[in-house]
Amino acid sequence: MKPSTCLTYDGTFQGLLTCVYITFEEKLDVNNILPPGIPQTEMFAEIIEVISDENKAKRVWNGFINYATRRGQNAIYYAYLSELPKIELDILRYFQHTFNRKMSVDGDFANAHVLKITQTAKMVGREKHRMEAFVRFQLTKDNIYFSNIEPDFNVLPIIEKHFASRYSDQQWIIYDTKRNFGLYYDLIKTRIIHINFSKNLSLLEEKKHLFDSSEIEFQRLWKKYFEATTIKSRINTRLHHQHVPKRYWKYLSEKNPLHN
Amino acid sequence: MMFERIKEKLEILADAAKYDVSCSSSGSKRANKNKGLGNSDGMGICHSYTQDGRCVSLLKILLTNHCIFDCAYCVTRKSNDIKRAAFKVQEVVDLTINFYRRNYIEGLFLSSGIFKDADFTMERLIRVAKKLRLEENFNGYIHLKSIPGASDELMREAGLYADRLSVNIEIPTISGLKKLAPEKNHSDFIKPMNKVKNEIIQYNSEKKLIKSTPKYAPAGQSTQMIVGASGESDREIMLSANYYYKNYNMKRVYYSGYVPISNDPRLPSLGSQVPMLRENRLYQTDWLMRFYGFDVNELLNQQFPNLDVEVDPKLSWALRNQHHFPVDVNSAEKEMLLRIPGVGLKSAYKILQARRFRKLNYDHLKAIGVALNRARYFIICDSRGWEKRDLGPAKIKSLILRNSVGKFRKEYSSQLSLF
Repeated sequence: MKPSTCLTYDGTFQGLLTCVYITFEEKLDVNNILPPGIPQTEMFAEIIEVISDENKAKRVWNGFINYATRRGQNAIYYAYLSELPKIELDILRYFQHTFNRKMSVDGDFANAHVLKITQTAKMVGREKHRMEAFVRFQLTKDNIYFSNIEPDFNVLPIIEKHFASRYSDQQWIIYDTKRNFGLYYDLIKTRIIHINFSKNLSLLEEKKHLFDSSEIEFQRLWKKYFEATTIKSRINTRLHHQHVPKRYWKYLSEKNPLHN
Repeated sequence: MMFERIKEKLEILADAAKYDVSCSSSGSKRANKNKGLGNSDGMGICHSYTQDGRCVSLLKILLTNHCIFDCAYCVTRKSNDIKRAAFKVQEVVDLTINFYRRNYIEGLFLSSGIFKDADFTMERLIRVAKKLRLEENFNGYIHLKSIPGASDELMREAGLYADRLSVNIEIPTISGLKKLAPEKNHSDFIKPMNKVKNEIIQYNSEKKLIKSTPKYAPAGQSTQMIVGASGESDREIMLSANYYYKNYNMKRVYYSGYVPISNDPRLPSLGSQVPMLRENRLYQTDWLMRFYGFDVNELLNQQFPNLDVEVDPKLSWALRNQHHFPVDVNSAEKEMLLRIPGVGLKSAYKILQARRFRKLNYDHLKAIGVALNRARYFIICDSRGWEKRDLGPAKIKSLILRNSVGKFRKEYSSQLSLF
């Protein structure tokens, strides 16, 4: 019997697909796949460092989309973006299940890996939707609508399309401060940017310097609207927190405005 | 912009608009044309939630709260001593655009008190929508109120700029309306509703022949009824809702628990509770009618004119109709799966998909998301431990109530302990 194997990869989707390729080609019994920065703890496993390979990744993906539905393809990509520990192994099992059955398995909800991928994709989809809802742009003096976010999952790649098609006549930046990269739309196309923020950005003076003079006024108006539209005799704090969990309040100008 | 003055108006006119519960921004498809601003892609987005837990999707305001009518249930009625204000057309346009650009909202919901007459008011509402569409190239969502009694020509124009139009019926029965809003005529509500329905049908049929036919109210019509203001039974309310769904192709009927706003002897007094549980049960019934294949008469009829407050309407129906159960989840048709208490639309879909791969047992069903605490009394599956005892409806109900928690339980448990 071959000993079980632990794969390490570079954290990219292409790298992960290469892992799937290696597993099949070398008939490995893989029991873990690790992204960079996660220490390996398996005592008796053989460790293989997988080098990301475009052609191998393409072969796996093309083979997969022969069987998988659109829903299944999205589920795999969304699950990958979750960056959850050990999700790579569920993704591998999903591929193995698909290739063994030679059919789409996205409806096999009684299979633990399929269910896990479906549920994880659902969580990522929900976070995507929340970011589309909770991003609050602030107008800078350079006439750029700016927003920073710290999403639970890496959703920037999947929210780009929404914002680009909606705000096509204004410049905007959405910056993921947790993963330190952002999207910048310059009225023609969207590109990835990296910013070194000044340490003083949280200071009021610094903000006044950065943002357009009307910005504070519109935030005040919005806050006023938010308060006026509440029906006092129906206040339901539990429901409120359920819809807008506290960890998202930091984005919302109606909850913590610029002038505070 | 005069921010201070706008802020004052916004406070008054948002406060007055908040009793309109609709805030949906879904169901419309409008692409962003020529690098303009905004789009609607069919799926609504709730950008925030008020402290009462309702979604904030649209900038929902009145153009003015001056009104010539004196409807007892309405906060802006003529005889009510409140601050009055009115927005200028351009002010509403500027607010909408600036909020939209900051990703606060999906669009505008514009309603109004009726000043001068119906057509004068309707014409103003249309002017705002027209300006947004034509001058600002705004493709976000616009919901306009159809003013009761507005002329056919204006309603025709309104639908060209708005995604959704709505007239609030407010009082579910004609007799209730006579009592609470004697100056208003039931047929005035129906007139714009009918016009919009016919225009939608006509535009859709023209669209099939000529691709370039403009959109007409692509997100359809909706209406709203106040619950608990004029003594209707649940059956009367749902029959009325069913009538509007069937005859006017309504996209949605909203139910709004009456919030006491005056000491009028015809209405529940100030300080009486908002009937939130009842409202919740009505929405559940609405969903069963629209998505689960139930006929309104199965859920509410002469014998059962009011919904059971203790359990949801589907469970209540199942307890009255035990001869349909148990259902075998591994072989039943979709229509029957949807009738099992504790199985929703998503669980039914997952069951249908998953059972093509293997027979499902309790563990599978639980992992998929079926609420077994309710479903277990109504199903058989690939587990041996299915419920074999011949329990009557009363016994099942008490077992379910004992083994579950409900968010409204505390509101009626005091009533129960009396018995």
